[in-house]
Amino acid sequence: MAEVRITGLHKRYGAFHAVRGIDLDIRDGEFTVLVGPSGCGKSTLLRTIAGLEESSEGTIEIGGEVVNDFRPRDRDVAMVFQDYALYPHMNVAKNIGFGLKARKMPKSEVEARVAEAARMLGITPLLGRFPRQLSGGQRQRVAIGRAIVRSPRIFLFDEPLSNLDAQLRDEMRGEIKRLHQDIATTMIYVTHDQIEAMTLADRIVLMRDGLIEQQGAPLDLFERPASTFVAGFLGSPRMSFLPGTLKLDGSAAAIRLSEALLPVAPGRSLNGAVDGQAVLLGLRPEHLTRAHAATPAQGTFRYDATIDLLQPTGSRSYATFRLAGAPVMAELQAHDVSRPGERLPIDINMNRASIFDAKTERAI
Amino acid sequence: MAAVAPVRRPKRRSIPVGRILLLGFFLAFVLWPLYWMFNTSIKPSDDYLTVPPVWFPTAPTLVHYEAALFAYRGLDGLINSLIISLSATVLSALFGTLMAYSLARYNTGGQHLSFWVLSQRFLPPIGIVLPVFLIYRGVGLYDTHIGLIIAYTVFTLPVSVWMMFAYFRGMPKSMEEAALVDGCTRWEAFWRVAVPLAAPGIVAAAVFAFIACWTEFFFALILTSRTAFTLPTVFRAFIGFQGAQYGEAAALAIVSLVPSIALGVLAQRHLVRGLTLGAVRG
Repeated sequence: MAEVRITGLHKRYGAFHAVRGIDLDIRDGEFTVLVGPSGCGKSTLLRTIAGLEESSEGTIEIGGEVVNDFRPRDRDVAMVFQDYALYPHMNVAKNIGFGLKARKMPKSEVEARVAEAARMLGITPLLGRFPRQLSGGQRQRVAIGRAIVRSPRIFLFDEPLSNLDAQLRDEMRGEIKRLHQDIATTMIYVTHDQIEAMTLADRIVLMRDGLIEQQGAPLDLFERPASTFVAGFLGSPRMSFLPGTLKLDGSAAAIRLSEALLPVAPGRSLNGAVDGQAVLLGLRPEHLTRAHAATPAQGTFRYDATIDLLQPTGSRSYATFRLAGAPVMAELQAHDVSRPGERLPIDINMNRASIFDAKTERAI
Repeated sequence: MAAVAPVRRPKRRSIPVGRILLLGFFLAFVLWPLYWMFNTSIKPSDDYLTVPPVWFPTAPTLVHYEAALFAYRGLDGLINSLIISLSATVLSALFGTLMAYSLARYNTGGQHLSFWVLSQRFLPPIGIVLPVFLIYRGVGLYDTHIGLIIAYTVFTLPVSVWMMFAYFRGMPKSMEEAALVDGCTRWEAFWRVAVPLAAPGIVAAAVFAFIACWTEFFFALILTSRTAFTLPTVFRAFIGFQGAQYGEAAALAIVSLVPSIALGVLAQRHLVRGLTLGAVRG
């Protein structure tokens, strides 16, 4: 159990600047997910915390102690790798117990702790097998077992689920979440999958080009993205972005999208945006519903849409239509829409819409 | 996948005549000289060159073996060869593994050192044998086991390093990293994780080194005399002014095959995997 504090961290590989000044505080027991597109520096950051990469600049503290010059083994962290990295020449029991043996723990205690970890993960019957005799999900469990058996101060996960098929990934995601609830140790988890980030994290750290773009609780990032990058990265299907202009008329504000004028929710702070400013209106599919009431509710804008693409998923249907020339996706009840070409009244919930400066792409 | 799968008709199992013929021919091609050598080694001297040849000696004899091993000192050569080849093989595998690991994981010497190591093999042996001979004479290594062990270790090292280098580079790093995080030092991660995983490659490199040492003639001829001479140099004696000693030559050739075959059988399992040079992940 320990908190992690990263201050002014840089990592350069020759001319390539992978991590460009990261400041990050991770509380004790927190589940932090580092997420971002490939090449954003999230894995490098994780490996630097583990001590597998040396930082070029800045400090890393674990439990109040600067560990920059510590070897990986002296940092008391455990890591689960993307390719599992099990030792192929050792059976499951030896794999799990390897770290304890390397630290010269008495044999009887190693056996007891391996048995306990195996029981927790439900892999007791596999202890005598070799990694090549295991399925992907079983290998991943062994890799997690190898991490928890040492009761480290921090768990590091480097895209642990990306080699699994979809169903197994869902299952293991649940198990990792449960594991964190059970042992409540600080966990830092790297993924490029926004669903993993949303479901697992106490806090998401969204990275881009070696910098933190935004961090916070998953719902905060989802509801109040700081930029179009964050808004587009989180949420599936993606947020639609519509170019328009801001109209200010006394205390009332609206966004003009060619002929349509969409009212901005009253009382919404516009942070000094000016009349006529070019903006992007961000609408998530779930902010759009089929209109059933005769008149639109407060803060919604009704639009007569012609559906030109329909993607049913069973429970929901994703309907795409054009609004002021730009495609917008709406998440509708499966029975609200039947076929492409259909004309539907769609209610847009402007209270939840995001507005971005068109030039800087930052939220207004 | 092709769009249309070919219709499979039940095929009757027939005897693959072509395959049997081909394999039979290949087997005869490989085994015939061996058989002839063995045959010659147990023939009485009068039967060597008869027409028609003697296919199956009626009175097999071991006199050629006795002469080759004792009169011609073949046994001493065999023992010297074993000592020198095995020592050089072990040293070559040891240093080769260490150096290759360093090249592969630490990028030692940038991108050029690894190629420079291999480039040492481009040098024709004749180009260095005289300086080596003179140095050996000067420092007292001429005609010693140590001298030849050093020479053979140095000559087999480039190939050992290069083979192991390719092997280590093909091995995912993450297992060693897992060991580092798990509580190993760099050395322990190398010794307890990387080396066991690289065992097939190490064995393959060692077999190549052993074969190279075992059959080496030129340096042994120049650098040894009456003490540290190796098996290949003994064969010189069989071609003398009295004509060729076919029986003795054949007998010693058979003897020299034994270690190679034994090694091949022992190492075969590793060798096949090792020769893919880490391309296949275990």
